[in-house]
Amino acid sequence: MHRAFCWLLAAFLALAAPTAFAADLAPLVRGLGAGNYAETEKAIAGLAETGDPAVVPVIEALQAGDLHVRKSDGAVVVAKRAGNGYALTDPLTGGAIGEADRNAVEKIRINNALRRTISATLGALTLMSPDAGTRRQAAEAVFKSRDANALDALNTALAKESDERVRRAMTQARASVLLAGDAPDADKVAAVAVLQERGDQDARALLNGAANTGSDAVKDAATKAIASVEQRLALWGAAQNLWYGLSLGSVLLLAAIGLAVTFGVMGVINMAHGEMVMIGAYATFLVQEAFRQWAPGLFDLSILVALPVAFLVSGAVGVAIERSVIRWLYGRPLETLLATWGLSLALQQAVRSIFGPTNREVGAPSWMSGAFELGGLTITYGRLWIVVFAFLVFGALLVALRKTWFGLSIRAVTQNRSMANAMGVRTARVDALTFGLGSGIAGLAGVALSQIDNVSPNLGQGYIIDSFMVVVFGGVGNLWGTLVGALALGGVNKFLEPYAGAVLGKILVLIFIILFIQRRPRGLFALKGRAVEA
Amino acid sequence: MFKSGFTSGFGTGRTLAAAAGLAVTFAAGFAAPASAQDTIKVGILHSLSGTMAISETTLKDVMLMLIEEQNKKGGVLGKKLEPVVVDPASNWPLFAEKARELVSKDKVAAVFGCWTSVSRKSVLPVFEELNSILFYPVQYEGEESSRNVFYTGAAPNQQAIPAVDYLAATEGVQRWVLAGTDYVYPRTTNKILETYLKSKGVKSEDIMINYTPFGHSDWQNIVADIKKFGSAGKKTAVVSTINGDANVPFYKELGNQGVKAQDIPVVAFSVGEEELAGIDTKPLVGHLAAWNYFMSVDTPENSDFIKKWQAYTKNDKRVTNDPMEAHYIGFNMWVKAVEKAGTTDSNAVIDSLVGVSVPNLTGGYSAMLPNHHITKPVLIGEVQENGQFETVSKTPGLVVGDEWSDFLPDSKDLISDWRAPMSCGNFNVKTGKCGGKGS
Repeated sequence: MHRAFCWLLAAFLALAAPTAFAADLAPLVRGLGAGNYAETEKAIAGLAETGDPAVVPVIEALQAGDLHVRKSDGAVVVAKRAGNGYALTDPLTGGAIGEADRNAVEKIRINNALRRTISATLGALTLMSPDAGTRRQAAEAVFKSRDANALDALNTALAKESDERVRRAMTQARASVLLAGDAPDADKVAAVAVLQERGDQDARALLNGAANTGSDAVKDAATKAIASVEQRLALWGAAQNLWYGLSLGSVLLLAAIGLAVTFGVMGVINMAHGEMVMIGAYATFLVQEAFRQWAPGLFDLSILVALPVAFLVSGAVGVAIERSVIRWLYGRPLETLLATWGLSLALQQAVRSIFGPTNREVGAPSWMSGAFELGGLTITYGRLWIVVFAFLVFGALLVALRKTWFGLSIRAVTQNRSMANAMGVRTARVDALTFGLGSGIAGLAGVALSQIDNVSPNLGQGYIIDSFMVVVFGGVGNLWGTLVGALALGGVNKFLEPYAGAVLGKILVLIFIILFIQRRPRGLFALKGRAVEA
Repeated sequence: MFKSGFTSGFGTGRTLAAAAGLAVTFAAGFAAPASAQDTIKVGILHSLSGTMAISETTLKDVMLMLIEEQNKKGGVLGKKLEPVVVDPASNWPLFAEKARELVSKDKVAAVFGCWTSVSRKSVLPVFEELNSILFYPVQYEGEESSRNVFYTGAAPNQQAIPAVDYLAATEGVQRWVLAGTDYVYPRTTNKILETYLKSKGVKSEDIMINYTPFGHSDWQNIVADIKKFGSAGKKTAVVSTINGDANVPFYKELGNQGVKAQDIPVVAFSVGEEELAGIDTKPLVGHLAAWNYFMSVDTPENSDFIKKWQAYTKNDKRVTNDPMEAHYIGFNMWVKAVEKAGTTDSNAVIDSLVGVSVPNLTGGYSAMLPNHHITKPVLIGEVQENGQFETVSKTPGLVVGDEWSDFLPDSKDLISDWRAPMSCGNFNVKTGKCGGKGS
């Protein structure tokens, strides 16, 4: 009751005279910097007790790691990087209070337990925020924290709420609090129904808890609800697997598609293909470094700029390799294999000497970070864009090979070299450019893979065997085969993994391919006709 | 970190890498021409090329720095130290060859080297046959004791068990995911942890064990499985023995799927400052690691060490990590033991090493035990936004390295004591005989 009163009063006063409260809050804020986790936790609880919305920015600053203690007088301040030092502001009023040297302030550190307390506190405090998105987040935070202290605030907020989605989130949060606390059975059973409707893993976690501890009536309702939730989750689980398969397939496609050109179309067993991918990833790193240095505000565009850069760099390296090594070895597969293998080691060691042996950090632009929920599916933006990108690259390559003069020359040279030569096609140049094209596409793959994998000299090694597997399985010389091969292998892998485990799953896929190649040595889509013999 | 061969990696190209590694190596001979006899040679056996270069190159550099420091102080026994660097190129058979070359041809007094368990197993017979000394600086699975090897990294009871205790006590974890790369270190560690957890009353259905291949990069459904396992209504944590290469995609997937440390914390035994340097650590803040050293530890010894290291590498962003500290301890122990013995003769040094105590970088002393392991404090740290760890727990005293785990049926009765008169690496206390199971 007291708290509810405080709340109303606070909401009222917040509009009228925010500074009146600030004076009383100051000693509490100072307590945040007392030194150890337990003291900080007590101070947060004290701030939460006031229910004053003015404490929200203070706790938010603590969560973001901006809250510091000024060493000279022990005052708690918000410190943000400004040049070589920090710009200080008062956490309560937000007014600037000068600058400080880096060593003059000490950050208030938080651990996992404190992080939980902070998000619970913030949840309870921001339920009345004017912004619907913030209210919804607050409701989610309360849902997770199951904090019984937030119940009164939740009831007040729920009574006023008009936004349908926020209302639902608040109802679920209320259910979660009721189920975790010691509410009467009737309330708990009603809460179970609300959670059953929510039907995700968090709901299941709560229901499981209730099924283990509640009274018989609650237990019964919870057990039934769990069964229904699990059925729903299993259904979504299958859809999720399909998505994972598609996502892995698109990564395989990206890695293999360049090889489909150099190995599939030209017939060069290119063991250095993985290193072209790796060079593309390092090109991304360099582009991002340039952005960090000169245009940090445009960082989100760095990946887009990295695409042509990686294509050109890897392509140029590819052309150089073709002109210097591979053109002397056409028609000698074993020598090509050994030479390109040596090249791959040389390239790795070169990159290791230039950039050092440790991983390089390639950041994700904001539009490639995080995930969204689609029904029961969690889809991460990074993976989604990689799927889209893989298909775009595939489409572009297909068009380039089918519809352009360059594509025509490539096909002419690979199908009948002497005839093409006789028709005036400069076969040597076409060879170099084709190899460059395949390498450039590998570079594009490197940009995408830098988002999900290590950017280290060994990056390419992880993909070379998979790439060969996809191309051979799909049928050498057939782009559509590569597409189908990549998606099929990705899908099979992801469907086997939950049952067989990641290690055995991979082995099973390999055995499957060995058996398959026995039956169909030319892969899924074998080329027919004269082209095969050329 | 990496504890075993890559040769098992299906679809990773590493099978080929091992095969062809012999044909094409970049064995860079750093060895200065042997000057006069008034130097003591120290062998450095770390991969400078191949897959392991990512971790081992740093250790080579730290050894060179330590030797340079020691020479500035006047060397050992009045003689200058001379480093002999060889490159075993992440190739396990080559480790044995290079070790033999160091001991028989270059006549080094001691060797500092190896990272993976398989490379250590590969050189072990060489050191025993030629009766030389190896300092091994990386945390490992235990179940081994050799008269000629000194293990300055953590045994499982100096890393894994305190980490699990911390999570159970402070975070109230009741459900455990043991996730690891599929090779000897994670398998042995997880076996030890499983027995340990069960002895603490954790039920089998509350333990999920998952293995992945080397360099695994697609973690989508494993992270989803972890989320699902964590939704059973009990506090869940992940104990990760995933090796270096696969960690970046693993953590990226965790961040993307929104698995936050406050919901499902991940405690890792193979992720240090060097590994975090390749990741955007913002989504990972609060995940944990257990080590015996963190760069963020605030002691005068450590800030001195970091300052020297960054000056030596001419890079003020270079980080330090746990195996570097192990080499720091091991090297100082060796220097002290040689000075105590007054000679570099292997037998004399091996005997005088036991009982030697030197300062570590976390504000205490580490001592060499009769089982050739050392005493260490165990630190638990939370990942911070700047890629460093913030220590949230430190064992009150030093933890004694236990080479034969008490939680494995084959080794629980074994002890090791290389002092005379026992001089035995696997003494069975039940039968009272030297030579039990396990070695």
